[in-house]
Amino acid sequence: MYRYDEFDHQFVRERTAQFRDQADRRLKGELTEEEFRPLRLMNGLYLQLHAYMLRVAIPYGTLSSRQMRKLAYIAEKWDRGYGHFTTRQNIQYNWIKLEDTADILAALAEVEMHAIQTSGNCIRNVTTDHWAGAAADEISDPRPVGELLRQWSSLHPEFSYLPRKFKIAVTGAPNDRAAVKVHDIGLRLHKNDAGKIGWEVIVGGGQGRTPMIGVTVRDFLPENELVAYIEAIMRVYNLYGRRDNKYKARIKILVHEIGAEKFKSEVETEYARHPQQTTEVEEKELARIAAYFAPPQFEKLSRFAPAFEDAKLKHPEFARWTRNNLAAHKVDGYTIVNISLKPEGGIPGDATADQMRLMADLAERCSNDELRVSHPQNIILPHVKKDDVYSIWQQLGPAGLATANYGLAGDIIACPGMDYCALATARSIPISQAISRKFADLDVQEKIGPVKINISGCINACGHHHVGHIGILGLDKKGEEFYQITLGGSSTESASIGSILGPGFAGHEVADAIEKILETYVKLRQPGEEFLYAYRRLGPNPFKEALYATA
Amino acid sequence: MPLLRNNAFVVDTWTHLGLEDKLPDGGNVVLPFQRLKNEWESLAKFPGQLGVLLNNSDHAGELEHFLPHLALVILPFPAFTDGRAYSIARQIRLAGYRAELRATGNLLPDQFQYMQQVGFTSFDVSDRFPLSMWQSAAKQMSLAYQRGLYRRTGETEVWTERHMEAAPWEEQPHAG
Repeated sequence: MYRYDEFDHQFVRERTAQFRDQADRRLKGELTEEEFRPLRLMNGLYLQLHAYMLRVAIPYGTLSSRQMRKLAYIAEKWDRGYGHFTTRQNIQYNWIKLEDTADILAALAEVEMHAIQTSGNCIRNVTTDHWAGAAADEISDPRPVGELLRQWSSLHPEFSYLPRKFKIAVTGAPNDRAAVKVHDIGLRLHKNDAGKIGWEVIVGGGQGRTPMIGVTVRDFLPENELVAYIEAIMRVYNLYGRRDNKYKARIKILVHEIGAEKFKSEVETEYARHPQQTTEVEEKELARIAAYFAPPQFEKLSRFAPAFEDAKLKHPEFARWTRNNLAAHKVDGYTIVNISLKPEGGIPGDATADQMRLMADLAERCSNDELRVSHPQNIILPHVKKDDVYSIWQQLGPAGLATANYGLAGDIIACPGMDYCALATARSIPISQAISRKFADLDVQEKIGPVKINISGCINACGHHHVGHIGILGLDKKGEEFYQITLGGSSTESASIGSILGPGFAGHEVADAIEKILETYVKLRQPGEEFLYAYRRLGPNPFKEALYATA
Repeated sequence: MPLLRNNAFVVDTWTHLGLEDKLPDGGNVVLPFQRLKNEWESLAKFPGQLGVLLNNSDHAGELEHFLPHLALVILPFPAFTDGRAYSIARQIRLAGYRAELRATGNLLPDQFQYMQQVGFTSFDVSDRFPLSMWQSAAKQMSLAYQRGLYRRTGETEVWTERHMEAAPWEEQPHAG
């Protein structure tokens, strides 16, 4: 894991002092709310429906046990004993006081964390594959590039007042778990026939009210050119991105309006305009960072772990959990443990301070002291010996963390919705709870197989409904909440935007509608065909008939 | 509106002209970019110093060949949230312009350091904020990660510092 050096420490300390001064000036009335707003946002502080919300950055979703324990401490000391892990691998606290914020930032700084640029019209926390450094299919760990970009984008003087927010995602694996095609910039690593690596640069993807799949502007950018090339993209966006309408201000609209070719040529012109600077410093810095991400000392283990296999035979519920919640590790004898934060009837992504501490303890003992936050709002122990898995499962159970639904119908992504958010037009959480209760029977979930159900409480799409296999969008119709259903979305390497199936449903009808869709799928699928692929083959009609056909 | 330069309020010695205002016989004159383009043939013979006011929807590239003849470029911030002029400032500095670069419009002390880092050297500021606030805002952060920006004494470029043995940034654009 990356560790701060004295520069990084000082940087975050100074930033905290700067914010403390700004908050003081606001409390004394020397700054207007309008002037304070962008300053607090760039430090992660939102004003929500009921209170301030603080969003803490978890760069590329990686946490140490010590950091996770600090998150638990903050939840207890300054919030109501829990936090909410978000789709951008961050954590949000929903009940924060402005007066406490600088103290919280200081507490975070003690464990090499901050809330810089988790909001505002600037470059946000860089996200990546939550299995980075562990996944069996990975070409190279994407986190060094994530850290390089984190530093480069932190308080970038040129790009702190962009037309709109800007999100970068990075993946080092061919199976895209970082949704790089629906980010403002997505970076995807490739290895060519000569064994050299290069980055595919994808620009202009996004969700929100105008969902779009990004376009590739470079197929194979040499790694040492990343910073300078991204700077050229940012400059073109900063200069020409629309500022007259905040709903048309994201880079995807610019790319769409001037066209991919024109956009690409603007970037290339900007990139070529200044003679290539030496990139020796960037290369050395990337190498310095990469050393922190050297793989842990894995033991030489057999692929077959007898104690683990025994436990599966003896305990069917454990066997079920391992079936659904483990993923292939690149090293024999190890596995990736995915802890579901989606218990039946729970709030997706929420964890209590006690749960955070338990996960921190488990990571310290059994996962090289590392945890990950995934964009589908779960927590991951990336490097676990198979022989430790049973004991981990036993400890997770009593804490409500052993739900065996990872990647299944109950593993729902949901934004906070109208229960917390000032922008929401409808509630998300109760819909998610109703669906998870409807599919409480894990036998049924397993029979259905992998499916991604994503719920957003407004058109801004924080719940990623556009790229859910089944997307649910909460809207307001004359004061009543109603929900639109889309099918066929995906955020992977074969990304697609879901299509609206038909008229919306009232809140209490949604879970039944989802059930009908999934029953239809089970009836029509071919052997082994997952929901998304069945939908792509069948199209919307059978699902429409099931939902809307009059008796 | 006070003019802030080198951490002090100073007197603006430039005459600011609109599209129609009559050109004086000499002195320091700032013109809209449109006028600079239209009247360049006669302006090239102007005996005093010339400056330009460039809107943030204008393209800095078009200004490039005038830059060697200019002693002042003014970039407006119509709103403090409108960050286009940060990029225009960098483009102008990267094009080799070394003279005064002035920010005008809606400026806040909390943006002061960023503006200096992209190459602004003078600031039309509102009298709402006392000089002391600008002076302390100028040194809110002593560290920055990005390379190739303007750094003053007491400001450290982290990556450059970490890798002192590496080749320096060739166009280190230090003011003065």
